Amino acid sequence: MKRPPKHAPARIGSTEDLRLFQRMMAAAVTRPLDSEDRLQSTWIDGRPMEKVAAEFIKPNDRLSSFERLQLYSRMYWFRLFDAIRDDCPGLLAALGERAFGRLAQAYLARYPSRSFTLRNLSSRLVQFIGERPRLTAPRTALALEIARFEWAQTVAFDGESRPVVSAASLARTPPGRLRLGLQPYVTLLALRHPIDNYVISVKRRDAMRSEASNTPDSAGAVWKPARKVPLPRPSRTYVAVHRHNNRLFYKRLDPDAFRILEALSEGRTLSRAVAAAGPGVSPARVRSWFKAWMALGWFCARGNGPGRRAS
Amino acid sequence: MPANRFNGHCDYGIGIGLRVPHYAHILSKKPVVDWFEIISENFMVEGGRPLELLDRILEQYRVVQHGVSMYFGSADKPDRTHLRRLKGLVKRTRTPWLSDHLCWGSVDGTYTHDLLPMPYTFGAARRTAEKIRQVRDYLEIPICVENVSSYAEFHASEMTEWEFLTEVVELADCGILLDVNNIYVSSKNHSFDPYDYVNNIPHHRVGQMHVAGHTKFEKYILDTHDHPVLDPVWKLYAHATRLCGISATLLEWDDKIPSFDEVHNEALKANEFIDGAKKAAV
Repeated sequence: MKRPPKHAPARIGSTEDLRLFQRMMAAAVTRPLDSEDRLQSTWIDGRPMEKVAAEFIKPNDRLSSFERLQLYSRMYWFRLFDAIRDDCPGLLAALGERAFGRLAQAYLARYPSRSFTLRNLSSRLVQFIGERPRLTAPRTALALEIARFEWAQTVAFDGESRPVVSAASLARTPPGRLRLGLQPYVTLLALRHPIDNYVISVKRRDAMRSEASNTPDSAGAVWKPARKVPLPRPSRTYVAVHRHNNRLFYKRLDPDAFRILEALSEGRTLSRAVAAAGPGVSPARVRSWFKAWMALGWFCARGNGPGRRAS
Repeated sequence: MPANRFNGHCDYGIGIGLRVPHYAHILSKKPVVDWFEIISENFMVEGGRPLELLDRILEQYRVVQHGVSMYFGSADKPDRTHLRRLKGLVKRTRTPWLSDHLCWGSVDGTYTHDLLPMPYTFGAARRTAEKIRQVRDYLEIPICVENVSSYAEFHASEMTEWEFLTEVVELADCGILLDVNNIYVSSKNHSFDPYDYVNNIPHHRVGQMHVAGHTKFEKYILDTHDHPVLDPVWKLYAHATRLCGISATLLEWDDKIPSFDEVHNEALKANEFIDGAKKAAV
């Protein structure tokens, strides 16, 4: 969003007036709240926010201009925080409420939504964690992996699906010339931690907590803080986040199998991709992997760009 | 106006919003429902479960698309990529009409994901009407614009909200999705008579109505969609129905969503007021 005008236009007659007015209001609404979840008391130019709000928003007999603007600002931030929490339960669990809240606010201030849908809200979170590692220190490496994994879930849920390459068409092309694409909804991840198991544990805990809060007799129960899911210990993990029959799955991959898929997604021919696995892999194993991947419908014709790899 | 050119000449009855907690019930029990309203953006995806589910619903039910991100009132031009996707969905659902809000929510391509109120000026009305016409011409289906609930008013405004709505729909020659709950909420927040609003809009342009629940706070009312419809809103709905005719009516329930039957039964309460309007018309 471009920098807002110094003052909202007093009269809105043209499209340009309307644009300036909307820049002013949007800048005020999306400006980060203070530590008490209130609109900041001063505007970007140092003027009192009460005065700035009163320039374009009418007060009524119950609320000042500032308070009316604050309603919209709070709704904006709470809505986006809710959306990003829903998308990133693993990251929230790993960082804790306070650090996650700081990260989310800084991220949304740096990268406000550029999409019509909240589905894409966390699309640049991995990039941002890399740009601002102090916000996730000392768990930046882990945070990056969880953020990659959780974005891969969003992609797997409703990402594009292309026509599957048939076994017959595979057989028609010599391996030295055959290049296969991976379905856009499949993400290959080479991780230093078993993030798949960690995210499953977090989701199970959250589901149990949600179930408990809906039981009829829970009203009188003593509230207990959520059980903390232990952070994953380092362990090399290769996983494909994908969907099958429109359900989300995480498929662990043998490191050699991962290398083949990775090479294919980078555009190498089938024979070169298989060679990437190294000499120790038996043809029978490779055949069994391909049989499984074909059954899952992972291969499609190659698009123009490289395949999706986020390791 | 039960069936008019703004709702594709459809007499659709009483519908409810298609929401995730009800998917399993709808697909397994196949309850009788006049129609479902879908949020277009939830299905403007490239694949996966949302589209599979939509196709299963479309096999059994009539669906009308309701959008939350067209932002007719934004100064930005309509996004062609967005429109192409929306048109693809329109073809899939065969929605007889499409609705979105009389508001803005994005500027310079940055989205607030909110339905922000307009400054009620003639210039803004002209710009908004022009966008509605552009979108309608591209999508090739009737469009109804919905009045939003609001919590702020602007010094720049030159007219009332209902005058602005009238100005826009007359200039755009489009329909109105009259949300009587939103009128009620805004009337309390801005101290106007909601009946003045309903009395002074072009009734023949109403193609659909919305009812919903709201939440009262000490100094304002929020449009929360998490309650049954309150009595003053039903009364306003009855009044609007007497003036506008019996329109396709939809109950919005988007938070703290109870069972399917509870939501549907709440929506069907509209029949009491529709019967009253019919008797009054005789």
